[in-house]
Amino acid sequence: MSMIEIRKLRKTYRMGEVIVKALDGVDVAIAEGDMAAITGPSGSGKSTLMHILGCLDTPDEGEYFLAGENVAGLSKDKLAGIRNRRIGFVFQSFNLLPRLSALENVELPLLYSGRADAKERAATALRTVGLGDRTHHEPNQLSGGQRQRVAVARAIVTDPAIILADEPTGNLDTKTGQEILALFQALNEAGRTVILVTHDEQVAAHCKRQVRILDGKVLEAD
Amino acid sequence: MLFWTIFKVSIKSLIANKLRSFLAMLGIIIGVAAVISMLALGTGAQQQIMDRFTAMGTNLLVVRPGGQRRGGVRSGSRQTLKLEDAAAIVEKIAGVDAVAPLVQGRAQVKYFNENVNTSLIGASGTYLPIRNFTVGKGRSFSEVEEERSARVALLGSATAETLFHDQNPVGEVIHVGAVSFHVIGVLKSKGDQGWFNPDDMVIIPYTTAMKRILGQDYLGEIDVQAAAGQDMTKMAEEVASLLRVRHRLRQADEDDFNVRNQAEMLEMVSSNTQTFTILLAGIASISLVVGGIGIMNIMLVTVTERTREIGVRKAIGARDRDILGQFLLEAVLVSALGGLLGIGLGYGVTRLVERFTEYIPIVQAYAVFLSIAVSCSVGVVFGFLPARRAARLDPIVALRYE
Ligand SMILES: Nc1ncnc2c1ncn2[C@@H]1O[C@H](COP(=O)(O)OP(=O)(O)O)[C@@H](O)[C@H]1O
Ligand SMILES: [Mg+2]
Repeated sequence: MSMIEIRKLRKTYRMGEVIVKALDGVDVAIAEGDMAAITGPSGSGKSTLMHILGCLDTPDEGEYFLAGENVAGLSKDKLAGIRNRRIGFVFQSFNLLPRLSALENVELPLLYSGRADAKERAATALRTVGLGDRTHHEPNQLSGGQRQRVAVARAIVTDPAIILADEPTGNLDTKTGQEILALFQALNEAGRTVILVTHDEQVAAHCKRQVRILDGKVLEAD
Repeated sequence: MLFWTIFKVSIKSLIANKLRSFLAMLGIIIGVAAVISMLALGTGAQQQIMDRFTAMGTNLLVVRPGGQRRGGVRSGSRQTLKLEDAAAIVEKIAGVDAVAPLVQGRAQVKYFNENVNTSLIGASGTYLPIRNFTVGKGRSFSEVEEERSARVALLGSATAETLFHDQNPVGEVIHVGAVSFHVIGVLKSKGDQGWFNPDDMVIIPYTTAMKRILGQDYLGEIDVQAAAGQDMTKMAEEVASLLRVRHRLRQADEDDFNVRNQAEMLEMVSSNTQTFTILLAGIASISLVVGGIGIMNIMLVTVTERTREIGVRKAIGARDRDILGQFLLEAVLVSALGGLLGIGLGYGVTRLVERFTEYIPIVQAYAVFLSIAVSCSVGVVFGFLPARRAARLDPIVALRYE
């Protein structure tokens, strides 16, 4: 059974007269423990797809099975629970909360799921991403690479089976990007299913498989 | 704990936007201060009125000649109350402790060069305990002196002060009109009561006043003191029907006297001031609503500003109710803090009023708790709309918000 399976996914945006088919009948299946790169030119629908996979957005048509369960019928609270415990999402622009320390940022998902040992787990997650010594810095006191590490720590702190990352290295220099990529590879080796969006052929080449998207359609999936 | 984290985030964002938070609170601060000071003023005024009534004597019926007031004019004769009426009241009505027949007038009182125009009370010795007067110096008059129409006088403390200054008046001779009197006592001061000053008067036996000074055979008033625990309303009715019989009034005739029940008056006046207090506080609380709207306004701005934060929180698993709770808490925090500052300000206002006017405002604990409760509720009520707007944001729309 696939960890993630989508069938005939469609998402259309209307801006006045203009109709944009952001996703135009996408079928993808990703196995448990896989590490997949989604590539394609800008505006091809990668982010739209990732948002739907991350249960942040809903498709107009098509089906999405997460570990065999149809996500379409789930309530808002159930979806929030999935985002909290089963999927970790990493954004291109980090999306850390200002005025909260690195530790507090990483703690947040645990607080929403009501875990008692939030502090220790958050600290462990920060050590995992190599930031054990920066726990009390606020985001604006950290470099881009460090912020993305905090974001990764936040994504893994609830121990989700799936990590989704939308251009996680897009705002980083090449070297820092490679460090972050190594982090994702380590997470994958530890058994997590990782899907990341990237422009970078180098980055894509390090993944186990690639899914190419153009104009809302899957070109090839190998 | 989630609550604590949210609390910290709220506090931080309040501190980060100090001026804006303060402006949001301002309405609440002013509203609560107004309610606190209005309630304190009202309660203080009520207490003062109660004190006055207590000073005049409780368990008291006051019978006066003339019917009930009708359109501002007293109906009936003014010469209907007789000494025998007073005697009959003690004799016939159960539960009466004492009566004081009295006549009133004004008189020119002289002691050598000192000269004062004051109110003259002709009364029996029972008048003093009934009206809660106590003799400070000297003594009250005896029954024998009453019977003999003796020329003895008691002075109110203010009158004594005017006529005698530091000298002891007891034993001196004064003139009331053309008649000379021995001063046998001076009353203790009761303090100015606002509409009259009980310390400014001369009391002489009613017999003396009626025969020698005023030349009248009717009374100006009969004070009736009931024993403790009497039903004053019932006693007032009994007094009225006794007097109707004595005055030979027919069924259709109106009373030619009126009986005032101090307890009822007290209740009426105190319920009037209470109503007035509530009215004032009600008007003041309108500013609380205005304050609430201020909070709503600021919270709406805050929610818009923090749309992206809301998106992030939802992306990592915050449910709608988590977001709702967070913004409600922030609104309540603002309004509760405003409420506390308002209580401080209101208290300050009452201190100033106490210092610079003759009112003595009383800040009651219930008013403080009420203010805290009300300002928190204002936060909940007016924070709800912005908080719900935040909670209902679509995660992806919120994340895309620039
Ligand atoms: N909220 C939106 N409203 C209108 N059009 C949108 C919206 N989101 C995405 N699109 C459009 O959908 C297409 C796919 O966008 P996106 O998934 O962000 O592409 P990618 O991430 O591959 O660059 C683009 O043409 C984009 O303009
Ligand atoms: Mg994109």
